[in-house]
Amino acid sequence: MYHASNTMAQNSTNIPFWRDTRVLKVLFQILFLLGVFLLAGILYANMLKGLESRGLNLKLDFLRNEAGFDVSDSVVEYASSDTYLKSFYVGVLNTVRVSLVGILCATVLGLFFGIARLSTNWLVRNIAATYIEIFRNVPLLLQIVFWFTVFGSLPAANNSIELFNAVYINNRSIHFPSLQQTAGFSSWVGYLYAAAILAIISVFVLALIFYRKHAERMKEGDDNRYFMHISRAAKWSAVPVFLIVAIIGWFFAPESPFVLVRPEFQRFNVVGGIRFSASFISLLIGLSVYTSAFIAEVVRSGIQAVSKGQREAARAVGLSTGQTLRLIVLPQAVPIIIPPLTSQYLNLAKNSSLAAAAGYDDLFRIGKTIMTQAGKEIPVFAMIMVNYLTMSLTTSAAMNWYNSWVNRIKR
Amino acid sequence: MKKLCFRISVLVLAFLMVSPILSDNHESSILDKVKKRGRLICGVNKELPGFGYLSQDGKYKGFDVDFGRAIAAAVLGDPDKVEFRSLKAADRFPALQTGEIDVLIRNTTMTLTRDTANGADFCPPNFYDGQGFMLRKKLGITSLKELDGATIGVTAGSTTELNLADKMRTLGIKVESIVFEETETLYQSYDQGRCDAVTSDKSQLISRRASLKNPDEHIILDVTISKEPLAPVTVHGDNKWNDVVSWVVYATFFAEEHNITQAKVKNLKSDNPEIKRFLGDTGNIGELLGLPKDWARHAIGAVGHYGEIFERNLTPLGLPRGVNKPWTEGGLLYAMPFR
Repeated sequence: MYHASNTMAQNSTNIPFWRDTRVLKVLFQILFLLGVFLLAGILYANMLKGLESRGLNLKLDFLRNEAGFDVSDSVVEYASSDTYLKSFYVGVLNTVRVSLVGILCATVLGLFFGIARLSTNWLVRNIAATYIEIFRNVPLLLQIVFWFTVFGSLPAANNSIELFNAVYINNRSIHFPSLQQTAGFSSWVGYLYAAAILAIISVFVLALIFYRKHAERMKEGDDNRYFMHISRAAKWSAVPVFLIVAIIGWFFAPESPFVLVRPEFQRFNVVGGIRFSASFISLLIGLSVYTSAFIAEVVRSGIQAVSKGQREAARAVGLSTGQTLRLIVLPQAVPIIIPPLTSQYLNLAKNSSLAAAAGYDDLFRIGKTIMTQAGKEIPVFAMIMVNYLTMSLTTSAAMNWYNSWVNRIKR
Repeated sequence: MKKLCFRISVLVLAFLMVSPILSDNHESSILDKVKKRGRLICGVNKELPGFGYLSQDGKYKGFDVDFGRAIAAAVLGDPDKVEFRSLKAADRFPALQTGEIDVLIRNTTMTLTRDTANGADFCPPNFYDGQGFMLRKKLGITSLKELDGATIGVTAGSTTELNLADKMRTLGIKVESIVFEETETLYQSYDQGRCDAVTSDKSQLISRRASLKNPDEHIILDVTISKEPLAPVTVHGDNKWNDVVSWVVYATFFAEEHNITQAKVKNLKSDNPEIKRFLGDTGNIGELLGLPKDWARHAIGAVGHYGEIFERNLTPLGLPRGVNKPWTEGGLLYAMPFR
């Protein structure tokens, strides 16, 4: 009896695991996780079974097959005899192209209209407000189709609008003259190297002269002045030296290193120069105008978040309106603006998947063509999703980095 | 413990929700599903006058649509028990594979890749077409070679897109193709002069030419660069359902061969043993297909024989019958024996 009660006392400090809350907490989580995996596994197996019964599979080797279709807008060389993978890559590049240019345009427009909306000038303020409210409140798809249709009312290709005998605009595309390298280019590059070397030497020489002259003061530890002078030397000697040698090289090269290629009309289309298709331009305008309206609001809220006292103090020390904005308000507004701005950038990149409405060959459209032509819906859909995800995560990582950089400077 | 019970019950519930999907194997045919639902779901085009389009009273009309109605009549005894879903070219196969539609009758060309990799099973073609080019008369072009450097419009996800690239490569000329998902946008762009030519099935070109601003200014080149057998499609692996759709198509051919018209079919009495079997007066072909005895009567009674369907929908567009005639008249329509 005594013995038994003794063991009981021992057990009371050593409770079984099924009654130990510390163990149970972990156990339940493991069980739950197992359940989730089981469910995911069942769904996946179910999908595979369904695919198999329809004679489909998830293999990616079809990507090596010939695509067989043409792509109208491509940054890289592409022919219908290339592989599906190459055509997909063309689509990725096109999406990246329209997104990057779109983000740039939207930022400039948004910054402009955001600031304009806070202007003291009645007209400027109200024009900005109208712009923002119109483009923010009309569906993007509609806007893209609208710009594409507007583009279509321009003159036909054989009747293009000509600007300065160099830029051609018609309802299919806009053409700019391009620079083409000639045989003289390589020798000019030689001059450029020489120019760079001379420029670097000139900076060192100036720095040396300066160091001799001010050796005494350097000892007092006034480092900042030294670096300031070096950067001034670079500005006033290196840049001019480089430019002068480069220009001399241009004339001394056996042949002008570049020639201007003017677009010209042939049988059906304007040919030559740099070409932007109507599809690309309408999509670009649609995306950047739509997003800029949102960015304008982000900018406005950022500026308004800077306390009024800051502006008044700046005016009190005699800064002009422009200076106040540039030196006092914007540096404080930027850290507030960046997080919502990032979302707008991500939206723009993702909205570029509406490209099909303007006939632009973006990632989503080409992906869909591959799906139908190769009959590989699920693998291609997965590839498209992974691509958009990667793009968005990269953008947001870059913006987060910029955000922390801005905040470090501030504090 | 309460929590544990809750979590276990969630899991069990989740499993129960999944298991019906698991048990949904292909032993049950779409035919049974259609009968149970009491309604056929048919994927069609809505932008192609003559073949599949929305009429002014908001109803689907056209050649392909009539075949959908014939199937509904054969299976369910009522041509109106069908729901049409309009699909873009690029969306049609996913819609079929996921079971969103029971049958696809959307001017779809039969090809080897589609028959295998796209998870589709084709029925006998109900229209033999070929790819052509439409362009402006004033360009004065008569052969494809003269199109070097031109911009050509084409629909996304179509066989025409592939044929165009192939043909231009064989001819060794370079054209710029501009690709649209919507047929509507394609022809609008062509009308605006954003492309020099547009390529598609000839039937589509003829059908769309009528709706351009000045139809007389456009010609269809006298070249055919491909074979485009347009056929109804069912999902791969459902033989029972594929049989039903196939034999409804054959029924329209058969009826024309034997001049069984929409008006006559209801009260038709014939001494011809094959026609008797066809109409379900003798034999058991209906039973073999899993359909009512008088399925063919219903199908033909709803839309008429092939010639009637053609004349109702395509003749008004100026489309000649060409090879789409019964084999007895030198065409390609050949019904397999109803025996």
